[in-house]
Amino acid sequence: MDVLISFCTALVALLICLQVTVLLLWIERKGSALIQDRVGANRANLFGGLLPFNLGIVNTMMADPLKLLTKEDIVPAAADRFLHWLAPWVAVFPLFLTFAVVPFGDVIVVGGREINLQAVALSGGILFVLAMVSLGVYGVIVGGWASNSRYAFLGSVRGSAQMISYEIAMGLALVSVVLTFGTLDLQEIARVQGRLMWGVVPAWGVFYQPIAFVLLFIAGIAESKRAPFDLPEAESELVAGFQTEYSGSKMSMFMMSDFIEVAIVAALTTTLFFGGWQVPFLYRDGFHFPGGLTVAIPSLVVTLLQIVSFLVKVFVFCWIQILIRWSLPRLRYDQLMAFGWKKLLPVGLANVAASAVLGLLLEGWTGT
Amino acid sequence: MNPYAALLINAALCGLVATILLFMSRILGRRRGSKVKYEIFETGNPPIGSLRGTRFPVKFYLTAILFIIFDIEIVFMYPWAVAYRELGWFGLAEMAAFMGILAVGLAYIWRVGALEWN
Repeated sequence: MDVLISFCTALVALLICLQVTVLLLWIERKGSALIQDRVGANRANLFGGLLPFNLGIVNTMMADPLKLLTKEDIVPAAADRFLHWLAPWVAVFPLFLTFAVVPFGDVIVVGGREINLQAVALSGGILFVLAMVSLGVYGVIVGGWASNSRYAFLGSVRGSAQMISYEIAMGLALVSVVLTFGTLDLQEIARVQGRLMWGVVPAWGVFYQPIAFVLLFIAGIAESKRAPFDLPEAESELVAGFQTEYSGSKMSMFMMSDFIEVAIVAALTTTLFFGGWQVPFLYRDGFHFPGGLTVAIPSLVVTLLQIVSFLVKVFVFCWIQILIRWSLPRLRYDQLMAFGWKKLLPVGLANVAASAVLGLLLEGWTGT
Repeated sequence: MNPYAALLINAALCGLVATILLFMSRILGRRRGSKVKYEIFETGNPPIGSLRGTRFPVKFYLTAILFIIFDIEIVFMYPWAVAYRELGWFGLAEMAAFMGILAVGLAYIWRVGALEWN
């Protein structure tokens, strides 16, 4: 029974990850069209266009992946065949796994059995996320090296240098979050944020650690290698960076890893800074508003509201990342590295020091 | 249930999905190769030699070394961050000494120019 429950929650986490990815593909295409004043993705249609209306979202969600998966698979003759096959798998697998520790709801009670809406209740959740996200570097560097192509190689060394540089800022931002909450458990962090400050404001992490939020978000965008930090795949210089020699489903896996990273950054920001699955004033038995008003809600609806709240927050942050991607121009490589090492790193260190000192001075102001 | 057992189930599931995805094009896509198709893409010209043995800037290597220094520093900060309320001012002083040394290190590599990209 335990194994079955665990399998089901694992499946749900993986499905959330895959669905968010495919939805993002559509949102990105439509969003970029919106920003560039185009219509965007409106050709694909079910039943050969016999329907009077265009189900854009369904079509793009089905047509784009199907088209990519049915393309010819090309491995260059000069490439290292084994590593060329391995790289997309290495790029995508740890990112799939990251979603396992992200809580998407509180506890649900089915038949007297409490099920935690988190696939893996790891007590070191934050460390696990950090570890898995850093494994993404291997996909980039192995892919670029195995291709035996100059463009791919340049893209991969650039990409790995960029990803490891911004990982430091990310790690520092996460340290200050841990200082605030005093735990590494993501479910615990989400739960703690259900409390209220001064009886009115939800105690979300962003009110305690605004600087860490900005740091984590910027570093996360840089980790996912998207504009303005998309130098590893700068089209005008490097064709497609480390993905140059990939086609078909392997190329789609690299694309997927990009989108999953966007979703992970959004999910992490949501969980650490915006209450995760919390809906303000909603508790296990219903709403308790500050004025004393109470609305009782059945527990299943509460759980549903929490999951919806989590997904809505995740999509808001995905949308912000897409807006950033299509609004800002690409940085130069020296600017990129200088930004990571000379701005984000000192700010991150100062933030850790400041929140540690402030936390001890104002006992009771932070976390528990 | 032991969380690590759950993690194993997760890993198996994710690994399976990733493997299926990986071989999808091999199964579904058609294959019509030619000699030119299996060449490395170098803007359409015949590729020049092999990549193996060519050189690339040492800066990337230096960045990787700096990363290891600072990343290990951050790893040391996590246990302290979890327990810092119990450790109080004593723990903070210890961590301040540790962070101070690394801040000096950062100032040094900054001054030496290890962070410049020309």
